[in-house]
Amino acid sequence: MTLYELLAEPFIEFAFMRRALAACFALALGCGPVGVLLVLRRMSLMGDAMSHAVLPGAALGFLISGLSLWAMSLGGFIAGVLVALLAGATSRATNQQEDSSFAAFYLMALASGVLLVSLRGGNVDLMHVLFGTILAVDDAGLLLVASISSASLLTLAVLYRPLIVECFDPGFLRAVGGGGAIVHLIFLVLVVVNLVGGFQSLGTLMAVGLMMLPAAAAKFWAEQVWTMAGVAALIAFVAGWSGLLMSFHFNLPSGPSIILTAGAAYLASMALGPVGSLRARWLPGRHLEA
Amino acid sequence: MSNVVSFTDLTLGYRRHPAVHHLNGGLREGSLTAVVGPNGAGKSTLLKGVVGALKPFHGKVTLNGLNRRDIAYLPQQAEVDRSFPIDVLDTVLTGHWRRVGFFRAVDRFMRDEALAALEAVGLAGFERRPISALSAGQFQRALFARMLLQDAKLILLDEPFTAIDARTTADLLQVVRRWHGENRTVVAVLHDFEQVRTHFPETLLIARAPIAWGPTEQTLTDDNLRRARAMAEAWDEDAAVCRQDAAA
Repeated sequence: MTLYELLAEPFIEFAFMRRALAACFALALGCGPVGVLLVLRRMSLMGDAMSHAVLPGAALGFLISGLSLWAMSLGGFIAGVLVALLAGATSRATNQQEDSSFAAFYLMALASGVLLVSLRGGNVDLMHVLFGTILAVDDAGLLLVASISSASLLTLAVLYRPLIVECFDPGFLRAVGGGGAIVHLIFLVLVVVNLVGGFQSLGTLMAVGLMMLPAAAAKFWAEQVWTMAGVAALIAFVAGWSGLLMSFHFNLPSGPSIILTAGAAYLASMALGPVGSLRARWLPGRHLEA
Repeated sequence: MSNVVSFTDLTLGYRRHPAVHHLNGGLREGSLTAVVGPNGAGKSTLLKGVVGALKPFHGKVTLNGLNRRDIAYLPQQAEVDRSFPIDVLDTVLTGHWRRVGFFRAVDRFMRDEALAALEAVGLAGFERRPISALSAGQFQRALFARMLLQDAKLILLDEPFTAIDARTTADLLQVVRRWHGENRTVVAVLHDFEQVRTHFPETLLIARAPIAWGPTEQTLTDDNLRRARAMAEAWDEDAAVCRQDAAA
């Protein structure tokens, strides 16, 4: 097998592979930076919670109009935003920390999602919702993913400064005029939107993998927010590309292949990256004069 | 001269227990005041009341001709995430917030001002250093540089020199004097009486209730300090409703 056959031919030969690759690229651009901000806000597990929160809405869409991308995406979006709003409002109105209120609401959402799925359809449908079908992404799906990542990149660009300040010095933002709560909320909506974007191709449970694994890996490579976001998007894209190839050549499901590739990138970064990795800890190089 | 902040029978606290009890008075424009008192005496609580982070149980804080945004507040433990990947210059530049807000660009002039502020606090050459690589003292210098840019009329410092070495303290006191010279109103919570006597013309001695407030040498007398120390730190769980309020 030549290198060409290994790395490029599947995409040149098959339209569904090209579409899947394009979807991965779009997802990488949107999820990478959002994931980095989640990591920096110490909300890495929040992505996971949100991915579960999307489920009841998607299931409801599925119950009403079958396997329709639009109905399921819209339902997922509404459910996700609702959980984010309720959890956020609870932590602001009471003295409960946000992580506990998120846990409470996403668990309720998850249970109702599973309940809804079980009302109709067998396990195969549930597997579709949970794990997605990237190899069946059609033009409409591609358009949705591309629009979502464009919109979320634009939003991030506009809100970059308040997001950063809200993240590293919330007290200061409050003192100079506030706006932190609304910025935080818009950011949570971005998380939900990106998870919904990854939802058809990777499924509700796997979508969060493309968001968090490259972002967590990027912390071992870069020391500024925007460079981290770039590295995360790049890792996500490479993971998508090689994951698709793995799934093609070895006849494996695409979602888990992509996420496991991203996981491998994370492990490699943790071992070898220049910033705070195992290598940087154990083999720091000889100390300087001053 | 007029008061920029007035306290009218102000009572602040937590869970119905007062931490600042029936405070009256005000901060004159351009005054430089030290707030001293034992731990738990309500010093930080008072500053939180001024910035509006805490709602009074009773009485009120009045800002005269001041906007919330005219106040620069350095909390005792800033909520800053010191591991966040941001460098010193960008941190200091956020001091321009009133001018740039969410969206406007930082121009060359603002950048130069930030560099000058870094120079003034002795951090020239640290612009591109990530804040995670600063010592506690260096980081405090950076926060002072940011306050220099804030151009605030009222500056509140909560224990700004705790765990800071002598040289850094001297440099930052220089900055405080500069603010005083520019007719800004400065309030600092402090524990070092020598420092207060040398650098702060006025002092509020507080032990939940105000003990004395006025020129420093008249406030920090042995007698007053003894009275301040006598304050019971623990809450009295069976405390009755304050009679002064009940009568009102």
